[in-house]
Amino acid sequence: MIPWIGQPLPRFEDPPLLTGEGRFVADLTRDASFLRFVRSPVAHGRIVSIEAPGRITAFTADDLRQVRPIRPLLHRPDFHPIEQPVLASGKVRFVGEPVAVVVARTPEEAEDAAEQVFVEIEPQDPVVSAPDALRPGAPTVHDHLEDNVVVDARFETEGVDEVFAGAAVVVEFDLRSQRQNALPLEARGSVASYDPRSGRTTLTASVQSPHVIRTILADLLGIPESDLRVVVPDVGGAFGQKFCLAPEDVVTAWVARRLRTTVSWVEDRRENLMSSFHSRDHHYRVRGAFDRDARLLAVDADLLCNIGAYSCYPVTCGVEPLMALAEFPGPYDFRTYRVRSRGITTNTCPMAPYRGVSRPVITLAMERLMDLAAVRFGIEPAEIRRGNLVSEFPYSSATGLVYDEGSYVESLDRAVEEIGLEDFRDRQAAARSEGRYLGVGISVFSERTGYGTSAFAARSMDVTPGYETVDLAMDPSGNVEVRLGASPHGQGLETTLAQLIGDELGVEPARVRVVHSDTDRTPYGWGTFASRSLVIAGGAARLASDRLRAKLAAIASAELEAAPEDIVIRAGRATVAGTDAGIDVSELARLAYHSSHRLAGGMDPGLTATATYDPAGTFSNACHVAAVEVDPETGGVRVDRFVVVEDAGRLINPMIVDGQLHGGVTQGIAGALYEEIRYDSEGNILTTSLMDFLPPTLAEVPTIEVHHLETISDATITGAKGLGEGGTIGAPAAIINAVADALRPLGVEVAEVPATPSRLRRLVSESERIPA
Amino acid sequence: MTERTRVEVELTVNGRSHRVRVEPRRTLADALRDDCGLTGTHLGCEHGVCGACTILADGEPVRSCLMFAVQCEGMDLRTVEDLADGDRLHPIQQAFWENHGLQCGFCTPGFLMLSAGYLAQNPDPDEEELRAVLSSNLCRCTGYQNILKAVRQAAEVMRG
Repeated sequence: MIPWIGQPLPRFEDPPLLTGEGRFVADLTRDASFLRFVRSPVAHGRIVSIEAPGRITAFTADDLRQVRPIRPLLHRPDFHPIEQPVLASGKVRFVGEPVAVVVARTPEEAEDAAEQVFVEIEPQDPVVSAPDALRPGAPTVHDHLEDNVVVDARFETEGVDEVFAGAAVVVEFDLRSQRQNALPLEARGSVASYDPRSGRTTLTASVQSPHVIRTILADLLGIPESDLRVVVPDVGGAFGQKFCLAPEDVVTAWVARRLRTTVSWVEDRRENLMSSFHSRDHHYRVRGAFDRDARLLAVDADLLCNIGAYSCYPVTCGVEPLMALAEFPGPYDFRTYRVRSRGITTNTCPMAPYRGVSRPVITLAMERLMDLAAVRFGIEPAEIRRGNLVSEFPYSSATGLVYDEGSYVESLDRAVEEIGLEDFRDRQAAARSEGRYLGVGISVFSERTGYGTSAFAARSMDVTPGYETVDLAMDPSGNVEVRLGASPHGQGLETTLAQLIGDELGVEPARVRVVHSDTDRTPYGWGTFASRSLVIAGGAARLASDRLRAKLAAIASAELEAAPEDIVIRAGRATVAGTDAGIDVSELARLAYHSSHRLAGGMDPGLTATATYDPAGTFSNACHVAAVEVDPETGGVRVDRFVVVEDAGRLINPMIVDGQLHGGVTQGIAGALYEEIRYDSEGNILTTSLMDFLPPTLAEVPTIEVHHLETISDATITGAKGLGEGGTIGAPAAIINAVADALRPLGVEVAEVPATPSRLRRLVSESERIPA
Repeated sequence: MTERTRVEVELTVNGRSHRVRVEPRRTLADALRDDCGLTGTHLGCEHGVCGACTILADGEPVRSCLMFAVQCEGMDLRTVEDLADGDRLHPIQQAFWENHGLQCGFCTPGFLMLSAGYLAQNPDPDEEELRAVLSSNLCRCTGYQNILKAVRQAAEVMRG
């Protein structure tokens, strides 16, 4: 199957996962004692005392005085650093914050012991929502700050007010996105093992970025990085929640060192919902100015992001507000833009990146703007988009982002064709006469992926991720080992990298072993997040393969007495182009190691290559279209069809690509209709089980119809663009636009997600136009 | 809890007898994982919603986090470790592999056992039934599309 690129190769990762041989953190606790965290039951307050019965092994912030607090930094004047002690010190700032930790022989005993630790807290008034936290005189979450604003970023082009004053139509609306939990099915956890012989500690943790975690652990614990090894076993989903540092992992490593033993922390679902990172808690006020031809001229947006009680390391709590600011314009061509984007601290669980980060919400905002304007102009939603989408490349956005070649208009046209828009409008009209409410919703978006150091540096991050390095070696038998700093956990990178490298080196992918997720075995790298791994680690693998291939060609050219440029390496053979002369790649490999005297002068023995790739980034794009029916009696939404037209450049393994889109869209549907973390006004979390927080099942997810366009840009060396987040970014807008379209006859506006049955029923009941 | 409060139970898992001493409160899932060493059964929520811990008890798919080990004496318990025949994958496992029915793989044992139990009793399910049954369990990665496809294919293969 040459080329291997483009083949729907079944994944090399799968057999152990299918047979029960997968090894997740909770499967690796056999020799460990168990930790249980004592968590704050109060949203905001002063810790008066913590008492544990003498027979219990318990540690508090007092014991961990030598451990530095987590202090994520941005170097920008509109950012105020806040810090987080790994166990609450002096104050508690959210319900679920770790206050103490106990150690016991079994998980059950640990849980019993934790219940016997008595924590006295003098409660203070909490702030729970971002607007509440902004009120004059609101309690402050962090005493050293004057207010609760941690990031206050602004951007403004010239002439905003003038453009609005002269606009033919101004559309203005509010949008509220409730809070979500990324909800990996495996919650967080780690096993820390101290080895008295070497003095090293191994942290085996369910994380996305082992190297970064090792660096910060060493910093916080004040020990040499070489005393630590971070290993990532099988990871049961992450979606961003396992990218940022968990304070619990620091405590776990500390306890192992303190007790000179092996300890484990396995988070349960309640803790995960309460204390693992949340996301997406935004309030927007948006205005758009249009000329009389429905051309978008300007956008003015005020964005509030509730970042919770602390800032996440390494990306900081600036990640949502700053991405929202920079990427709000999405796929639309307008030059006049004013935005204020704030990150507000509150007495709620900290926020961290979750699949899509801000983009599911900013895409929803731009797509609502387009639909609301289309209604004002009396034109089809597809038509207003066609007139405003970027169509010439490279395109430089109002905030200076450069979009490489994409297919924004083409994806829209194709998706509208697939859904059969005209027929749908006929069916919709007929249904309305029967008192049924059908709707169709469009979402066009750009997905910035595979971005390297320059993109992160633009946010002025103290820790600036971006590049990936790959070490490649062909062994004397002709098998290939590739070691990388990225840390895949379900994305299929062991398979797709093997496909990429297999084509380059003329070996079967099954002979390419991908080694990752162990700081002792892999080069420094940033991990797997932000739809980057195949683009960046894949790019580095491609560069390293090129180097190794050049060496193979050089050896072959000497053996075959031909010019190196005439050597073709394919299907395990190096041949001289246009002749039958050839030599097996495995023979070249053996020669490189065992007959190095035959190598040309100056050539080192062996076959190894290292390469680093650090691209500026690329934009994937897609159009999603949803067709729904809303029951005005129950407020229930049924998604009848969901069409995706995706353009992620060259597809390395189309089966894996479709899987990413299916899962992404499903998480987007979840955010649009079902999932919501709720707090009461005192900061008590109300959604701590899967009977309160409702991820969709197959009963809620329709067949997802995926179509591909493949625009190849030179923004990446493999031609592949990232696509891990696109499904989640685009789906909420398509669903909500469809729901709004369905309910338009009732004159209601859907301004809040998730659009749960109770919210929709309230909208319908408040409507003055009673449904037929 | 002390040793005194433990009771001895004989569990028959994958045709093998395991004599274990467990507290009465120990769930079947914990007993399988920690006392029998069969960690293929996963815990996603421990309150009976996600279905990652689904196993077969006397042929019926059950949530092992909602059963106590002490309830299960004498039952024929089957876990994901029992599905393959040596190196030969069960048709359901094979279909999950060929159709990319898993990404992170954490929910997979639960879906495999749910499907195995269901298809054994309903070899020729229609689409609606199959969707209803597979909506018993949660998957966070796949959007269920390829799980449905895989189970449909497995049913065909198993019918021969």
